[in-house]
Amino acid sequence: MGTSIPVLIVKRVGLGLLLLLAVSILIFAGTQILPGDVAQSILGQSATPQALANLRAELGLNDPAWLRYLHWLGGILTGDLGTALTSRQDIASSLWPRLKNTLFLAFWAAAISVPLAIALGLIAVRYRNGFVDKAISAFALASTSFPEFFVGYLLVFFFAVKWQFFPGISTVYDGMPFLARMQAIALPATALTLVVLAHMMRMTRAAILNVMQSAYIETAELKGLRPIEIIRRHAFPNAVAPIVNVVMLNLAYLVVGVVVIEVIFVYPGMGQYLVDHVAKRDVPVVQAVGLIFAAVYIGMNIIADIVAIVANPRLRHPK
Amino acid sequence: MPDLKRIPLGAWFGLILCAIFLFAAIFAPLVAPHGMGEIVGDVWAPASAQYPFGTDNLGRDLLSRMIYGARTTILIAALATALSFILGSVLGFMAAVAGGWFDTVSSRVVDLLMAIPTLIFALVVLSVLPTTVVTLILVMGILDSTRVFRLARAVAVDINVMDYVEAAKLRGEGTGWIIFREILPNALSPLISELGLRFIYAVLFLSALSFLGLGVQPPEADWGGMVKENKDGIVFGIPAALIPAAAIALLAISVNLVADWVLNRTSDLKGGRGNG
Repeated sequence: MGTSIPVLIVKRVGLGLLLLLAVSILIFAGTQILPGDVAQSILGQSATPQALANLRAELGLNDPAWLRYLHWLGGILTGDLGTALTSRQDIASSLWPRLKNTLFLAFWAAAISVPLAIALGLIAVRYRNGFVDKAISAFALASTSFPEFFVGYLLVFFFAVKWQFFPGISTVYDGMPFLARMQAIALPATALTLVVLAHMMRMTRAAILNVMQSAYIETAELKGLRPIEIIRRHAFPNAVAPIVNVVMLNLAYLVVGVVVIEVIFVYPGMGQYLVDHVAKRDVPVVQAVGLIFAAVYIGMNIIADIVAIVANPRLRHPK
Repeated sequence: MPDLKRIPLGAWFGLILCAIFLFAAIFAPLVAPHGMGEIVGDVWAPASAQYPFGTDNLGRDLLSRMIYGARTTILIAALATALSFILGSVLGFMAAVAGGWFDTVSSRVVDLLMAIPTLIFALVVLSVLPTTVVTLILVMGILDSTRVFRLARAVAVDINVMDYVEAAKLRGEGTGWIIFREILPNALSPLISELGLRFIYAVLFLSALSFLGLGVQPPEADWGGMVKENKDGIVFGIPAALIPAAAIALLAISVNLVADWVLNRTSDLKGGRGNG
């Protein structure tokens, strides 16, 4: 007898939360590699000892690391992400609008890339080893080899500068009309789509091919069904679980791949915020944004696992 | 040696391009027509017979900087890949052979590191570390070694139960012998097939960091950094930033083609660029 689905899901979510806690420790520890240097790096080499001591006291740097960690964690759990060292602004209030922008961009990239990847993957299987399949494989090779900024700047160079279809810089602000906003994110969303499309498509193709080799497909073939019917009626339902898994993993990648894309298009999202503050060595901001990215990533992985558990009865009976 | 006539066209293309890139990287000072930091003309001069790729944002010859950039990019990526392979495979083999608490602890640490997207964790760590080439190699190598660790451990667990390993253990050989004389030779082929992918990943990762301004620092030339230096020209229709970006893409494609041929890999569930 297998365990019931709700129990498995609760276990998986609990495990995910535990992992997130461990990740928060790791992120905190990652910024403590050079202990006590934060104050020095904010004030620079010419700082007076008195100023250094004041700043250290203000930042709580005189406390032991574990106490600072608990303090930080407690703040995060109550929604207080601390204040940025450089601008003295509250991190949470500057973060939320940016998180919304990032999710908006990622959502539209996903809305285009997921159906497209699945459709192209199905076509590749239908015309296996034919011209279409080869073309799709070549595209996949190119896409996994191209750095994000190559794709991004190619789009800017042609669509924004040469032909002037879309803006090359994606300015969005509050209260912007929906259509204007869509036009602003057209190029970054396309770039993101191209970046994740190939991988998702290749894995869809592999998942369906795997199913196509089973006995029931042969039966369907022998009983004279048309190939596209076989894929639609028999192969696809069985390939759904691995495909959903692929999709979720790639969406997780999308939320991260957004970092470089946002910098290219000067899009006011989380990624740009993170990169700016890494350069300024603003540790509290980096910790907060890093943790949120990690949380989204872990969350996506949990969803992928849950879908797999629900879709595939075999996973409910661990050996 | 494989029969030269049986090498497919794609692999030839990859091999020749790889050779060109390597040649440029090794003999950079001899091949480059101008110095790396030498200002030779106007800012963003268009391509001409004298400057085949034009000049960059400070009026330096783009071709020369590309050649020096090949050196930096390939060297750092290669060193990071080497570090990640040595670290990942030795620890992975040790985990498989030793088992017990060492296996559990190292596997869980790797799981934990892989739960954070690589780029994000690298950014977090680089926010407090000085941006030097050594730091870059260490951060890239250590973060990437998690993937090698997983592969090495999985392969070694299978080999560890083979009769010849058992025989060596009964003979009284130490752990070092088991790892380097019994497991390593037999685990080499899956590891080498991973090498190409990891190298590409290192090139892309380094370029992304440099593009974000957190990798190789100016005035040193590297391809990702050159994209950053010249990106402001794009809006004026100056394609200078596209050239180093295309070089990265071309290097990645050619290594991919060679790796594909070496492996004769079919499309499987592996591959891709990992979790970024």
